[in-house]
Amino acid sequence: MKIGILNYDAGNLKSVETALAHLGAKYFVSSDPYELAKSDKLIFPGVGEAQSSMKILKKRGLDIFLREYFKKGNPILGICLGCQIVLDSSEERNTKCVGLVPGNSKEFSHNMDLKIPHMGWNQVQSTNNHYIFKDIPNNSSFYFVHSYYPDPDNQNAVIALTDYGISFSSAFSVDNLVAVQFHPEKSGPHGLKLLDNFISKTQGV
Amino acid sequence: MLQKRIIVCLDVRDGKTTKGVKFKGNVDIGDPVLMAEEYYKQGVDELVFYDITASSEKRGIMIDIVKKVAEKIFIPFSVGGGIRTLSDMKQVILAGAEKVSVNSSAVKNPSIISEGAKHFGKQCIVVGMDVEMDFSKPSGYGIVINGGRTKVDLDALEWAKKIEKLGAGEIVLNSIDADGTKNGYEIKLTRMISESVGIPVVASGGAGTSMHLADVFNEGKADAALIASMVHIDGYTVGGIKEFLNKENIPVRI
Repeated sequence: MKIGILNYDAGNLKSVETALAHLGAKYFVSSDPYELAKSDKLIFPGVGEAQSSMKILKKRGLDIFLREYFKKGNPILGICLGCQIVLDSSEERNTKCVGLVPGNSKEFSHNMDLKIPHMGWNQVQSTNNHYIFKDIPNNSSFYFVHSYYPDPDNQNAVIALTDYGISFSSAFSVDNLVAVQFHPEKSGPHGLKLLDNFISKTQGV
Repeated sequence: MLQKRIIVCLDVRDGKTTKGVKFKGNVDIGDPVLMAEEYYKQGVDELVFYDITASSEKRGIMIDIVKKVAEKIFIPFSVGGGIRTLSDMKQVILAGAEKVSVNSSAVKNPSIISEGAKHFGKQCIVVGMDVEMDFSKPSGYGIVINGGRTKVDLDALEWAKKIEKLGAGEIVLNSIDADGTKNGYEIKLTRMISESVGIPVVASGGAGTSMHLADVFNEGKADAALIASMVHIDGYTVGGIKEFLNKENIPVRI
C-alpha cells in the first residue's frame, strides 16, 4: 500500500512526511498527476492562500486529477488548505475551488474580538463516530492554524465541530474523502492516531 | 475553546541547551533533542529553539538538531537566532520547523517580515521583541536588540503594531526587565501589547511559578506563555503546570 502526498508548493510537507515515516507508512511526494494516480491513498495537505494554490493545481492538471481520483473511490485525506479547497469555493479572494464537495470556505469574522489566524490547540468534538477518530478520546485537542473555515452545504457531511467564536465544521467526510481543518501531523499522539486510522483503513469497510 | 499554550524555550549554543540570566553568563544544561522529547512527553504545546551560537561556521549544527527534533516530536516548533535572510528561513523550514523567529534582524530590516510572510505564509513568521522600560517612549517601553545589549530608538507599542501590519503571524514579547528574575511576567506590558494587536502574543521572561502563568493569561491577556528555567532547572513539569492552570479554570490542553 502506497500513499501519495500531493505537492503543489503550498507550505511545508516535511512534517506530514516525518509523521508518515514515524508510523511506518510507505509514501511518496509528487506533483505529477500520472505518478499520483498510481497511489492507493492520497494525502492532500497544504498551508497557504487559496487563489494562488488553485492556480498551481490547475497549471499542473491536479484539479482534474483530484476529481477523477475522488470518483475512482480511493481514500483521500485533505488537511488544512487541502480541506478547504475540495469545496466549491472560498471567500479568500473569491476563489473557485476544486469542487469535490458542495460548500464554501468562509472567513472568521474580524468583529468578534478574536485573534486571526485561529492559531493553537482547540478541542475537536466528533459528532458521529467516524472511523478517522477511532480510539481518540472525544473532545481531544488538535493544532489549528487558519483564517478561513470550511462550511459544507450538506450538514450531514460534518463529522466534527470546533468552537472559535462560532461553532464550525473542523472535519467533514463525503464517500472516500475525509477533510480535516486541523493539522494531525502537528497534533501530538492523537494526531498520529488519526493519520494511522487513515493509513490502516481497509477499503470498503 | 482555543486553549492557552505553554511553550518551552531552549537556547542552543554549539549544539547544547544552555541557560543564561539577564543575557549574562550561560551554563550548558543538556542535549536539545533529548530535552525536546522529554517535554513532548510531558505534553508541551510548542517548542522554541534559539540558536545563540556565536560563530557562523557552527550554524550547521543547529540545522541537524532541527532535523532530528522534527523526526521525534509531532507538535509545532519554531527556530530563531541569526535568521537574517529568506534563505536562512528556508533552511530551517525545510529542516522541519513550523515557524521561524526573527528579532534584531527585523528591527534592522523590517521587510524581512513581509517577505517571509509572502514566501512562507504569515503563520510561519514569528517576531521576537526584546522590550525594556523606557519612560522617554510614549508607551513607556522601548526596544533593545542584539540580545539586550543595544538600545534602539523604537517605541515598543508602535513596533508591535508595525510587526502586525508587515504580516507577522505571532509576537513573542520578551521583557528584559523581568527576564531571569523569576518574579513573574511583565503583566502591564503584555496586556498593552496583546490588546493592541490582532495576532497572538506569547509572553516571555520572568516565569518562576505556575501562578505567574495564570496571571499572565488572566491579567496579561497573553495567548501563550514561554517558560525555560522553571522546567530546565527548577523541577517543574509541563504536566504539573497545566494541572495547576486547569484548576485555575484556564483552558489548557491536558
